[in-house]
Amino acid sequence: MTSTAAPRIRAKQRPGDRLFSGTALTAGALILAILAAVAAFLVIQGVPGITADPEKTTLLEGTNFWAYVGPLVFGTLWSAGLALIMAVPIAIGIALFISHYAPRPLAATLGYIIDLLAAVPSVVFGLWGGNVLAVGVQPAYAWLADNLGWIPFFAGPASGTGRTILTASIVLAVMILPIITAICREVFLQTPVLHEEAALALGATRWEMIKIAVLPFGRAGIVSGAMLGLGRALGETMAVAMVLSASNVITFNVISSTNPSTIAANIALSFPEAYGLNVNVLIATGLILFAITLIVNTIARYIVNRRKEFSGAN
Amino acid sequence: MNFKRLGTIGAIAIAGTILLSSCATAAEDGSSDENMSDLTGTLVGAGASSQQSAQEAWVAGFQTANENVTVEYDPIGSGGGRDTFIGGGSQFAGSDRAFSADEIAEDNFASCVPGSGILEIPAYISPIAIIFNIDGIDSLNLDADTIAGIFTGEITNWSDDAIVSQNDGVDLPDLGITAVHRADDSGTTANFTDYLSAAASSVWTVGSIETWPTEFGGEGAPQTSGLVDAVTNGTGTIGYADASRAGDLGIVAVKVGDEYVPYSPEAAAAIVDASPFAEGRGETDFAVEIDRATDESGVYPVVLISYLIGCNEYASSDNVDLVKAYMSYIISDEGQATAAESAGSAPISSTLFEKAQAAVDAIK
Amino acid sequence: MTTTTPARPIENAYAAGQLPRWAPLLILISSLATFVIIFLFIQAGQSEGEFNVVGAVFLGVVLYGIVLVTVSRLVEGHRRATDRLVTTLVTLAFVIALLPLISLLYTVVINGAARFDLDFFTLSLRNVVGEGGGAAHAIIGTLQMTLAATIISVPIGLMTSIYLVEYGRGRLAQAITFFVDVMTGIPSIVAGLFAYSLIVIFFGPGVRVGIAGAVALSVLMIPVVVRSSEEMLRLVPNELREAAFALGVPKWLTILKVVLPTSIAGITTGVMLSIARVIGETAPLLVAAGFTNNFNYSLFSDRMQSLPVFVYSSYISQGTDAQAYIDRAWAGALTLILIVMALNLLARIIAKIFAPKTGR
Repeated sequence: MTSTAAPRIRAKQRPGDRLFSGTALTAGALILAILAAVAAFLVIQGVPGITADPEKTTLLEGTNFWAYVGPLVFGTLWSAGLALIMAVPIAIGIALFISHYAPRPLAATLGYIIDLLAAVPSVVFGLWGGNVLAVGVQPAYAWLADNLGWIPFFAGPASGTGRTILTASIVLAVMILPIITAICREVFLQTPVLHEEAALALGATRWEMIKIAVLPFGRAGIVSGAMLGLGRALGETMAVAMVLSASNVITFNVISSTNPSTIAANIALSFPEAYGLNVNVLIATGLILFAITLIVNTIARYIVNRRKEFSGAN
Repeated sequence: MNFKRLGTIGAIAIAGTILLSSCATAAEDGSSDENMSDLTGTLVGAGASSQQSAQEAWVAGFQTANENVTVEYDPIGSGGGRDTFIGGGSQFAGSDRAFSADEIAEDNFASCVPGSGILEIPAYISPIAIIFNIDGIDSLNLDADTIAGIFTGEITNWSDDAIVSQNDGVDLPDLGITAVHRADDSGTTANFTDYLSAAASSVWTVGSIETWPTEFGGEGAPQTSGLVDAVTNGTGTIGYADASRAGDLGIVAVKVGDEYVPYSPEAAAAIVDASPFAEGRGETDFAVEIDRATDESGVYPVVLISYLIGCNEYASSDNVDLVKAYMSYIISDEGQATAAESAGSAPISSTLFEKAQAAVDAIK
Repeated sequence: MTTTTPARPIENAYAAGQLPRWAPLLILISSLATFVIIFLFIQAGQSEGEFNVVGAVFLGVVLYGIVLVTVSRLVEGHRRATDRLVTTLVTLAFVIALLPLISLLYTVVINGAARFDLDFFTLSLRNVVGEGGGAAHAIIGTLQMTLAATIISVPIGLMTSIYLVEYGRGRLAQAITFFVDVMTGIPSIVAGLFAYSLIVIFFGPGVRVGIAGAVALSVLMIPVVVRSSEEMLRLVPNELREAAFALGVPKWLTILKVVLPTSIAGITTGVMLSIARVIGETAPLLVAAGFTNNFNYSLFSDRMQSLPVFVYSSYISQGTDAQAYIDRAWAGALTLILIVMALNLLARIIAKIFAPKTGR
């Protein structure tokens, strides 16, 4: 709403305005305060873990903190990345299907069906992923190891239980699918109808219309949705903890029985038996996850901001 | 817009909460007429999740006998349980390992009178079953070296000579072994590896550990349930879990001396009796040093011991009667029998019971 | 393909060079049939081996895509062929998303039905060993803590997103945007630990109360609310705001009467997503709100059970009678899904009532 005119006209400030903007500002500041408190908590509790003497903390097994957290960082990024690669194209497809392909009366219902996936709590995803999905995909992994073993990702030997990082990523992908879909769908629906009709009037097919009008308009929204999904995938705890067979290694092999764990899942699994400095080490890994999200989001914000001209309220 | 509405909803919710909580208080007050004992109040404990099934049975039994008592047991894990107890957040703790001598020497237990020491009773003794899943085979005989070989990744096939030579007449398939271990830190792993390091010290060289070493490979599974599921759903899998969860899976009989012993509560209790108490501890500290390398007949050395931990002298006298009554119930024949039925644990011996009872009676 | 060749006199000028409507369906059926037959032969050839449904359907769909695009390209040309390919892919994406949903719901309903009875909704687990008992205490706990978390998070989250979209300029707005993103990365158990150490300051050491769980959930919920409602508010066209200003409506009234109602459907979806995000949290509640088998109606005293913790603990610590615990876990999972579904439905109805009629 910034006016380009040089002398800025100041709107009259009514009491209602002042109250409302004040409340909004307070809410924003409150969030900063909460976050500062969480960050302070993480730093105060985490720093002793980073500087901990490896010989005295059983969790570190004599190695230093960075050697301990390295595989976890890798596992976190790797599983979330895989999940995002699987989820984003499908989510865009679903969103387009609901917004532009499905028969109009059906669209709302179909949208609701996808939202049902978001209604499934992570514990349930954990139960399902470990007991149904892992068992179901195990033969496929065995096949991949036998036939495509020359690709490093499928080097095998295939896990006997199917509880690999690929399974965990599939579960994560299913979990973030509705989040990305919901945002993409709303954004696609907001495409100016005039743009769409103009494209169609010029003789574009439906796909060409989408390519010309819908996708450029929705790009920032897609990135936003993907980042929201990524945030969820990075921090997901219970579903990963209940599905993944984890050891503390770095490997790109996605179907074997040795898989890197993720930070969040590792905290959840190690925390109950942790005591003394081990607790600090675990909280320090939480601090690292915090930093990872910070970096990922900075990149995403940068991308979104470059595309700001498409936003309605710029 | 809907801020007003939100506000109303909030107000209703808060009002409802207050109303409901006041109802609950009223109900508690009203039912005090026909109490069966004069104990009242809420006792809070926290600790090992391995004890949860047993605690559930003990709490149920104790609350049935004392209607106005509520016992809460938070299964947050041994480490969390010990930390909560040290911080004074609970009146008793459940832990898969006793406090170390160093930790006791620090003497900063917030609930206890300084210098009075703590009480540690090995109240939950449970055999750890070594379970496997091979079609058509229900039991195998293995010695400690072979078990250690399997779990360190040295023995990779079920038709390995080391396994075949101990199992005459069993038709072992040419099948890869998937050794499943706990992905989370656990007391079960600590006790299992303690057994391996004592009985197979030449093969298992990393000692007693809670976290599985990466270099041994194998498959990790979270929690006892995850491990049992992984063994059940896989083929050629082997793992270790609390015996009550072994179900229909194949069971390994462990070589002790010259015989192979399958797990049983009696054999598990026998090893505790055959083992000495840890030295250099207080009179009421019954930390056991299990002699896992024993050759004695009829004992099963792969057991998990979980401790019940409390103060000898509580800083606040509020719940002392409750603690005493609850602990007495746990170590009593009735308590131990309940746990055996619902959690598959081994009842403590009468000698241990007498010592523990004396210590519990002395709590103040 | 045979009916329309350019040599013949054109019967319908608009249908020229187009595949008839039934063509895709015919191709789909025939490609599926092809692979079903092939796999039946393979199965007959092997002595043991099941009929591979997944393989047949998968390859059938791939064949359908190839044939359809080729045929369309020959008859309709390059652009139409691409259009058809995309249509197939987009539809396929939807079907793929349905597979896990159906599998999951089927699993939960089949396993959960065993204990989905009256006892489950009226009893607690006090004094229950083995079979029987219910999850009423956990249901009450979950509803209370989630409601409290919503009451804390939605006003803060919504007002923040209004600030960011309508008022925020300069450093502060940037900082808030950025740190809200960072907040999405707080691992849930850390939120639990944070809430626990916060509540300890007020209530004393070792205290576990429902409100601590609600605080932990709020920390997780706020960023999701902010991000999704910010996205929705930004989509409101500037023309609407400018029209309101031109009529002399104060800014706060514009936001309240124009901007929010326009985006209410999206905001509600966002809030529902955030509730769904936190209602299944286990780890933070176990740390902050504790574990109990008894009824507790008060958020401000004593431990409070929640459904996810109930499900998780029933699953991980099963007693000798394991089936009773597993049945309870699945019934709890089913209840949890039903609660979220009901909330979702409710939110949609609310959104529908308040949303202005648009051109869509």
